[in-house]
Amino acid sequence: MPTKPEAARAPRRAEHDETLLSIRDLRVHYALRGSSLARLFGRDVGTVKAVDGIDLEIAKGEVLGLVGESGSGKSTLGRAVLGLAPITGGSIAYEERRIETMSGRALREVRRNLQMVFQDPSAALNPAMDIETAVGHPLRIHRLARGDELRRRVVDALERVGLSPADQFLTKYPGELSGGQKQRAVIARAIILDPVLLIADEPISMLDMSVRSKLLQLMLDLKADLDLTYVYITHDLASAKFFCDRVAIMYLGRVVEIGTTEEIFADPKHPYTQSLVGAIPDLDPDRSTPRDLPRGEIPDAASPPLGCAFHPRCPQAFDKCGWESRDLRVLLESHWTTVPEAEYDAERAIIGDVDALDLPDHVAALPAGRGHSGGDVERVLDTIHAADPDEPFWRGVRQRRVVDAGVGIDFHEGEDPALRPAGGVQVACHLYPPPGDAAGPPPQPKE
Amino acid sequence: MAVMRRVLAPFRETVGFSRWMLLAGIVIVAFFVVLAVGAEWIAPYGYAQKSADGVDFPKLAEPGGDHLLGTDRLFFDVWSRVVWGARTALEVIVLAVAGSMILGLALGLVSGYVGGWFDRILVLVMDALYAFPPLLLAIVFGFLLADKIGAGVVSAALSLTVVYLPQYFRVVRNSTISARESTYVEAARALGAPGRTVITRYLFGNVIHSVPVIGTLNAADALGTLAALGFLGLGIQPTDGADWGFDLSRALDDASSGIWWTGVFSGAAIVLLITGLTLVGEGLNETINPVLRKKRLQKIRREETIR
Amino acid sequence: MSTTGQDVLSVRDLRVWYGTERGAARAVDGVSFDLRPGEILGLVGESGCGKTTLGRGLLGLLPRGAFVDGDVTFKGKPMPAVASKEYRALRGAELGMIFQEPMTRLNPLMRISEHFEETVRAHHPGVSRERVRHAALEVLRVMGIPPTRYRSYPHEFSGGMRQRLTIALALVLRPAFIVADEPTTALDVLVEAQIIKILADLRREFDTSLLLITHNLGIVSEACDRVAVMYAGRIVEIGDARQVFRSPQHPYTQELLRSTISLSTTGLSFIPGSPPDLVDPPAGCRFHPRCPHAMRVCATQAPVPLEVAGGQRVECWLHGPESQVPPGGGEPLHVREELSVADEA
Repeated sequence: MPTKPEAARAPRRAEHDETLLSIRDLRVHYALRGSSLARLFGRDVGTVKAVDGIDLEIAKGEVLGLVGESGSGKSTLGRAVLGLAPITGGSIAYEERRIETMSGRALREVRRNLQMVFQDPSAALNPAMDIETAVGHPLRIHRLARGDELRRRVVDALERVGLSPADQFLTKYPGELSGGQKQRAVIARAIILDPVLLIADEPISMLDMSVRSKLLQLMLDLKADLDLTYVYITHDLASAKFFCDRVAIMYLGRVVEIGTTEEIFADPKHPYTQSLVGAIPDLDPDRSTPRDLPRGEIPDAASPPLGCAFHPRCPQAFDKCGWESRDLRVLLESHWTTVPEAEYDAERAIIGDVDALDLPDHVAALPAGRGHSGGDVERVLDTIHAADPDEPFWRGVRQRRVVDAGVGIDFHEGEDPALRPAGGVQVACHLYPPPGDAAGPPPQPKE
Repeated sequence: MAVMRRVLAPFRETVGFSRWMLLAGIVIVAFFVVLAVGAEWIAPYGYAQKSADGVDFPKLAEPGGDHLLGTDRLFFDVWSRVVWGARTALEVIVLAVAGSMILGLALGLVSGYVGGWFDRILVLVMDALYAFPPLLLAIVFGFLLADKIGAGVVSAALSLTVVYLPQYFRVVRNSTISARESTYVEAARALGAPGRTVITRYLFGNVIHSVPVIGTLNAADALGTLAALGFLGLGIQPTDGADWGFDLSRALDDASSGIWWTGVFSGAAIVLLITGLTLVGEGLNETINPVLRKKRLQKIRREETIR
Repeated sequence: MSTTGQDVLSVRDLRVWYGTERGAARAVDGVSFDLRPGEILGLVGESGCGKTTLGRGLLGLLPRGAFVDGDVTFKGKPMPAVASKEYRALRGAELGMIFQEPMTRLNPLMRISEHFEETVRAHHPGVSRERVRHAALEVLRVMGIPPTRYRSYPHEFSGGMRQRLTIALALVLRPAFIVADEPTTALDVLVEAQIIKILADLRREFDTSLLLITHNLGIVSEACDRVAVMYAGRIVEIGDARQVFRSPQHPYTQELLRSTISLSTTGLSFIPGSPPDLVDPPAGCRFHPRCPHAMRVCATQAPVPLEVAGGQRVECWLHGPESQVPPGGGEPLHVREELSVADEA
């Protein structure tokens, strides 16, 4: 099934040999400052690993999609390429030049070739600057044009992005334009320097449905006319499927699956990719099927889950995935949302303080409440197990030790899966072990 | 251009009470501006003139006759002193406000944008300045400057500049810090704009709007401080210019002996101009501050909706 | 969907106009629809079509100076004039609202328990804490929020959890009618899908009718029983969601569906132009300047609401009635107004 107009796709394939940008083990970590007291003493409380070890090659002329939820690090990755995010480690090479070593003038110089389109067009334009000045500003900053030449090129860029007649827009301020018009102006400003690579950070997500396809069409036209390469950052898999040649699915600062758009959508391998694809509401009322959605939300990047970062939400997780104490708390709490209030009150009394579970560990101690014993706690756990024996959590439990004070649970030691080839794509998931690794197929077949 | 339009836009939209406050304030301030500008023509005598046509002025003459508001114990004509005082006051205020505004804006922008140690040190210095009672600070600087450049309009203005500088700095720095995080600033950096361009073209226009209000409010405050300085004898020397505060302190002794005209008029001038400036400031504040501003919403009449 | 039950809400010729400096903006201009018990009605359209105004108008949440007119019947009784004091008293107890940005609706200094206590006691003063807890845990359970979190503060919850909280708060008084204005727009894809699932399941747990305002047609197809398509202040098509999505009858609905990017999108299509200025909407059918099937009559006369074969109500001259089309009115409208990209974007 063709996903794109054939005419547009055929010539692009052949060109994708030349590497434009090469990212190696890129890391962007932010120091996290905690309470006001800690801040007063300048103490760092932890780090947020916004981007944590990413390898990517971007070929000239391709459209690479970075897809993930907010907090997946996709925007940070895009900004790091432009030197807009502090690079903690790794390298970004753009045509022999190493962006992570650059600063000041050199960085500004390289930004002539790498440009960015932002999510919110209203915020991306200086409200106090008219469109002519704003769109022409890159040329002035880099001293490439002035006077009539500048104006001519601004008019040209505006006409190119469909803001015509350009005269109507030159003297306008951003506040006087519609969202779509503003985004066109942002794109005009980005292409006026004749860049090589355009990083588009959710360029259509703030726009109206009916405007989105217009903007995507514009970007396709510009790509053909100006020989651009795109990095398309989005959370919208539907537009990524239409727009991208390759897609990298990101989760909590890592790439969890990467491959050509056709392969990813035809056979999504990572459970996260599967659930993202499954979560897109279908327009066709006859096709919408009841879905198995992953529970919970993207975890706090300041203290990511042990093992595979997706395991707490993964319906297919098994022993190797990195089970830990926090998963026990989630299990208890989600169980309590299913039982009547009286039952909850009874069970809550049996189990003591669960706050200690918040410290991630492979060993968890579930204390018994006042006047209860470990045996009571064990019975509650048995009830929960019996209610949903297929719950992936139980696959991670190595053993349970019942003592007087409560129940101790030892989990299997987890492992952080690395990105490995699987089929035509690369996946970071234990379901796809490296060839020759006997470490275990999943205990239950993938449906 | 854009900045002007943004600054002026609220004036057109003002309604009701705030508009009246603004208007009344402007009228009062305009009156003193006329006095100050036209002092040569309005005042019958100079500010340090003790005689005319070879005839010495009488000491402590009652209002009337040659001297509309009388003369004081230094033989000066009170009405002339009031008129010339307006010039001194406005000169000092304009200089002080402009000085602290420009300096505060520049320092605030740079400090907010650059951040780091530079910012920390500046914030510390400014907070220290801010912590001092304004009058005390003005006195200290007045002393220091009087030594160096004499106790004239410039030194008074400079010591007031130091007093009000921290307010502009703090406001501008804070709005710069929040504007610095905005997407359009990031976009400017993505375009390859150097820091200087980001500050002048992207931050300046977006942080300036908070400054005029502090300016007018500070002007009123500055006048009070100037009068206090003059009252303490640290303001402008009577031979360098007319100072309402100075005249008021001279008039203290007269008050007990039933001589009211030497103090009342300069005192009234101070009160009136402070009131005028405050009204302008508050009026502006209500107009510019979107939280306080009442926007005009047209009422729809029922007839209109029937087609 | 049974039609035997009495309509929860019945709106006739509702108009909401705003005064602007250029004149009255007809944000909602003659809207009529019925809402059955337990039904979810999706309200879709481009931004600037009056969706949000309609939702807020029904709850009487409008800025000063807005003009509201029309008849609203709630549970068979005529409602007091919209925006009157009596109307406001119904809010919360009988009429609920779910907003786009949950954090703006939660007080960061109040525990979740206190939010529930305040909400319940605003309408039933003096209810014991224990009974509030009982009612709250009941709705929280349906929303998937563990009872252990009942004493937490809003900031201890993730974005999706906060939206579940605001839904729970809107539901705790068991209102008969809730307006949900883009409840998932600020959320991530997976969380959005979770919330949509919860909303779709509401009718099983509660007897609440929902007006779901969204720009995401997929959500409507997924969660709604019926759908109303709004354009320039009017409902141009309303009917069974499956039916409307399977065979849209109004050209605007057709174009809107075609321009939506979905997993099966193989080519881009879009509606030329942009929604009209509501201060001065086009004469005749408001969609005619952008309509690919515009006829002469469309430019001069407003179309008549008509029930078509599939059961939906459509306002479009393509469906007649023939008798009202003047001679020659069926000719295609040749002089379609020039639409430059400038106007559309």
